[in-house]
Amino acid sequence: MVIFSLGCGRVDISFVQTLKILLSSVFPLTPDWSATTWSVIMDVRLPRIMAGMMVGGALSISGAAFQGVFQNPLVSPHILGVAAGAGFGAALAILLFDNIWLIHLTSFVFGLASVAMAYTLSRVYKMTPVLMLVLSGIVVGSLFSALTSFLKYIADPMNKMPAIVFWLLGSLNHVSFKDILITAPVFIVCISVLLLVRWRINLLAMGDEDARTLGVNTEALKLLIIVSATIATASAVCISGIIGWIGIMIPHIGRLLVGPDHKYLLPVSMVIGAAYLVTVDTIARTALATEIPIGILTAIFGAPVFAFLLRKTQKAG
Amino acid sequence: MHGRIDIRRLAFGYTERDCIFSDINILLEPGQVFCLLGPNGSGKSTLLKCIMQLLIPAAGSVRIDGEALSGLDANDIAGKLGFVPQTLVSAFPFTVAEIVVMGRASQIRMTASPAKKDRDMAMASLEKMGIVHLAHRPCNQLSGGEWQQVLIARALTHSPKVLLLDEPTSHLDIGNQIKILEIVNSLAKDGITIIMASHFPDHAFLTAHQVGILKNGRLLALGNPDDTLCEDVLFDTYGIHIRVLKVEEDINRKICIPVLHPHTRTLVKEVS
Repeated sequence: MVIFSLGCGRVDISFVQTLKILLSSVFPLTPDWSATTWSVIMDVRLPRIMAGMMVGGALSISGAAFQGVFQNPLVSPHILGVAAGAGFGAALAILLFDNIWLIHLTSFVFGLASVAMAYTLSRVYKMTPVLMLVLSGIVVGSLFSALTSFLKYIADPMNKMPAIVFWLLGSLNHVSFKDILITAPVFIVCISVLLLVRWRINLLAMGDEDARTLGVNTEALKLLIIVSATIATASAVCISGIIGWIGIMIPHIGRLLVGPDHKYLLPVSMVIGAAYLVTVDTIARTALATEIPIGILTAIFGAPVFAFLLRKTQKAG
Repeated sequence: MHGRIDIRRLAFGYTERDCIFSDINILLEPGQVFCLLGPNGSGKSTLLKCIMQLLIPAAGSVRIDGEALSGLDANDIAGKLGFVPQTLVSAFPFTVAEIVVMGRASQIRMTASPAKKDRDMAMASLEKMGIVHLAHRPCNQLSGGEWQQVLIARALTHSPKVLLLDEPTSHLDIGNQIKILEIVNSLAKDGITIIMASHFPDHAFLTAHQVGILKNGRLLALGNPDDTLCEDVLFDTYGIHIRVLKVEEDINRKICIPVLHPHTRTLVKEVS
């Protein structure tokens, strides 16, 4: 899939040549291609595809983890307001500065800040009941959405406002190798943590009280999972904008394939999510002459698939 | 033999002022069954959760073999006590085997998944309950009685010394009720101390060495069922007349017979 996707694009490069260029970084092959071709593959498409895999994998595994912790299969990784916070951060940075680095950084920081706010808000009697968490997430999320709308309203409608809108629609367009180098370790750490404790998500999925009777320190485990999944999601959002639906849909497909046990569900969701986002991104940049924002496509594909899954599970149950 | 549970002066209230119960004292030797009766809303479930330390008691102590539970972490408590909830709804259709192996959580490292040993213990637990054939059934396709057996099997996988059951027979037909009570009796024979909340005074005669009635925040009539559950006590508890008769011959135990108000009885007859 990755190699196929590398071969696709506005600049026509043959499949064999793509493979050769890729291998040339490992094996000493004689170049029979132009420098431009090499650059298209290695500088433009490769980072983009790697970002697609990381973002897709991170959103899907976080979605699966969040659904387990919240005991609800309709939860997305954005439930605690990451997307709304990150969106506001990005809009603010676009408005004040015009630096891609600062945009990524502020959106990451605000993404984390909004979840921290939601988490603090939901804490009662040293506990964080799931219902309170969801409600706090909604409160914080709508606050930041409103603030983002305000920024859009006051932004210069000729160039700042479109920039904000495009960023919010989500795209892997402006991902560079540097972004990948910085975010990759973060993704690896967060995803590893989630994978290490993945069986324990089963216990949280039975409800906090029940998990405690089985000997689980639910508050600590819940915090660890929320922090890891949130950082992974915020990293994804800060380089790609808001890409919806993946985090809800992919875990469902995973469940159809391997069942609800998070021991298998998490790795499977991650792999499917990575493959899915690369596929959709390939379509996004090749289907029309101008690129379609990927957030639109994931929703257009996601909604019908999700509707179909819902109908199917209804019949089965 | 271990599993001596000593509850002293236990009290609980959600806020400082209102008090759900106070001054609860229960002492059970290993293998004894305690039946906790009381009207709806008297706090039976709350008391069990307090014993399990799911709710932090306002006062008093729970000791198992002399060791106080307050201050122990969830992991250590699960090594001593098993808890079978009254109702549990799973958001995901885990299979019975996946549910039962969750009982091993306290013995499995934070970053690990169940090993073969854990899965074997889960299967042994299912075998003990006689429900091995359900192992691969999704848990949302079980009957009430099967689900209760699955939850007991899960609690047994962490080899508790004391088992707390919260109304294990509610929603069950009479066949399944008796099945669960027989399981309770056989677990007690194996040396597990059991505290069971129940709505049926008869269940005390069928299983319990001791019975207690929780009402208005106090534990009334603590003692063995035959001496404790008399007609006056049952009237005070439930507000209806219940005759307690001794059935001789091979049954040889007491039974409860609710006596209906004369007016209600004629009404029922007219309708039928």
